[in-house]
Amino acid sequence: MKNNFRLFLIISFFVLLLGPRAAFSHGLSSNELLKNAKQYDGKPITYSGEAIGDVMSRGEFAWVNLNDGENAIGAWVNGILAKEINFTGTYRSRGDILEITGIFHRACLEHGGDLDIHVQTLRKISSGNIINHKLDFLKVKLALILFGALFLIWILTLFKRK
Amino acid sequence: MILKPRLEDLKIIGFYLGKIILGLALTMFIPIFIGLSFGEINPILDFAVALEIAVIIGLLFSKFCRTDKDLNWMQGMIVVSLSWIAAMVLSAVPLYLSGHYKSFLDACFETMSGFTTTGLSLVQDLDHLSYAHNLWRHLGPFIGGQGIAIIALSFLLKGTSGAFKMYVGEGRDERLLPNVVHTAQFIWLISIIYLIIGTLALGIAGISIGLKPVNSFFHGACIFMAGFDTAGFAPQSQNILYYHSLIFEIITIVIMIIGSLNFNFHYQLWMGNRKETFKNIESRTFFISSMLTFLIVAIGLNQLGVYPQAIVLFRKGFFQLISAHTTTGYMTVYAQQFITDWGNLALFGLICAMALGGCICSTAGGIKMLRVGVICKALKEDLKRIIMPEKAIIIEKFHHIKEIFLEDKIVRSALTITLAYIVLYGLGALVGMFYGHPFLESLFESTSAAANVGLSCGITSAAMPAALKITYIIQMWAGRLEFMSVFAIIGFLMAAIKGK
Repeated sequence: MKNNFRLFLIISFFVLLLGPRAAFSHGLSSNELLKNAKQYDGKPITYSGEAIGDVMSRGEFAWVNLNDGENAIGAWVNGILAKEINFTGTYRSRGDILEITGIFHRACLEHGGDLDIHVQTLRKISSGNIINHKLDFLKVKLALILFGALFLIWILTLFKRK
Repeated sequence: MILKPRLEDLKIIGFYLGKIILGLALTMFIPIFIGLSFGEINPILDFAVALEIAVIIGLLFSKFCRTDKDLNWMQGMIVVSLSWIAAMVLSAVPLYLSGHYKSFLDACFETMSGFTTTGLSLVQDLDHLSYAHNLWRHLGPFIGGQGIAIIALSFLLKGTSGAFKMYVGEGRDERLLPNVVHTAQFIWLISIIYLIIGTLALGIAGISIGLKPVNSFFHGACIFMAGFDTAGFAPQSQNILYYHSLIFEIITIVIMIIGSLNFNFHYQLWMGNRKETFKNIESRTFFISSMLTFLIVAIGLNQLGVYPQAIVLFRKGFFQLISAHTTTGYMTVYAQQFITDWGNLALFGLICAMALGGCICSTAGGIKMLRVGVICKALKEDLKRIIMPEKAIIIEKFHHIKEIFLEDKIVRSALTITLAYIVLYGLGALVGMFYGHPFLESLFESTSAAANVGLSCGITSAAMPAALKITYIIQMWAGRLEFMSVFAIIGFLMAAIKGK
């Protein structure tokens, strides 16, 4: 009984630790897709990742680049589906985590040979958010100390000149 | 007898090194300004810390080693050599403080890669990097491409004859104008005019492909700086593939080619001497070698049938070939694809293009077109000697700004540097193989580092051994300075140990 409880605690710990990561890795990873591109070429796949940069609108469609933590892959998305994306990953924001299903192309003939995914369905796994970068006081202290040192050296150089 | 360096030598080196460090510190105001514009407080602090460290070191060197004496050749070369190492370390401070690098060595790798216009990167989570840090990554190639010492030449060391020694030390030996300071200023003038035109072109293209206007011009400036200076950094992790745009790729190809041309060639064109385009040995060699290496790449890709349509094969193959040949390193394919999709023949074609490189007196790396052209001419001359009667007088000439007779000393100099590059490519490949990578992949990555290209087949990553990172750093440094300054510092160290 005691051993079972210990096992339960260990499993719970790993579930909690790996939970957010597991939520990020629905379907195939970018490394799997790139490594076995020939095998998946032209086949329907599921891939998930954070929408990064800009959603680049191209007529009725849009390019959304999804980063799963290893690589970012371009997703060719219908403009209506792309409107569901509220946040994209930048310095200031964490992008929406999206799960897409679609046809994987090793060298898409429609898009000049790009490795891409033509999206059929898009689901938002978790919504992005604005990142609040708090002032790093350690850096403030360091900058002030260095400023003091710089001032001292400047005074010293003045004396040396005299 | 080897003479031990005197205290006076060290003082002169220290004084000029200090000036260059102060010059570098001034450039840190640019990312601070960008940080202020975008309200990025912590990145501003990163640059404030780095700037203060640089100013302190620069002041200490320039004030306590103060001298009125000018540089001799040895000192000039050592100043250049050390200034690149100092620039690498000091510029790595804000990048390391950003938290996007796993170690300070990784940040140093990034800055050396930037300054030497290589473009191999170890940044983590690039897509969340601040504007200020991202600009700094791209400013590195713009500073290093023109030459770190050239900044000092242009703004801090007016009127010293030591200026020419540093100019040569940075791998340039052609003066566009009689005065080397005016030459440096002209290089900056050309670069800034192209920067404005290139940023506008890429910015407008960016808006047309769906980028936000601010991002469009920011990316435009970054892509131009890293493209014109043949570095190959990009603001997003997918490099040029991020944009999924033919127009963006075409503009980038034009920028890469312009950047790999000799500044002397630009000067001739600016002066209206358009005939130079067709007569110059470098432009001719570049055209021929581009076509030949593209043929190899195209046959390789065609054999494997990765790109079933000719137009698609051309778009991918030609972009990567020009990126390799101009030593830029922009990518529209993933690093892994070189191994999984491209095959050995196409990789061999890219390695050849990278090894040959761009033009001399440009921001490009590699053996360089003038040397390749001269060696080919010498080979032609030797073949003629075999075919023609013994008494026939054979004179070979080539055109590079003016008509030049092919003399033995020109050929010997070209062959020496070519041999040095080949040895450097080989040594890096050996280290790569020592760490368990296959021969072709090791050679690809090594050539990319030593020729300051920046294309990667996947070996370069934060996880690679520290010794391999240091090997690539040394390769990038030696390749960019074309060995002379590196040999000078080795000689100086030996003199310090063994000299009397």
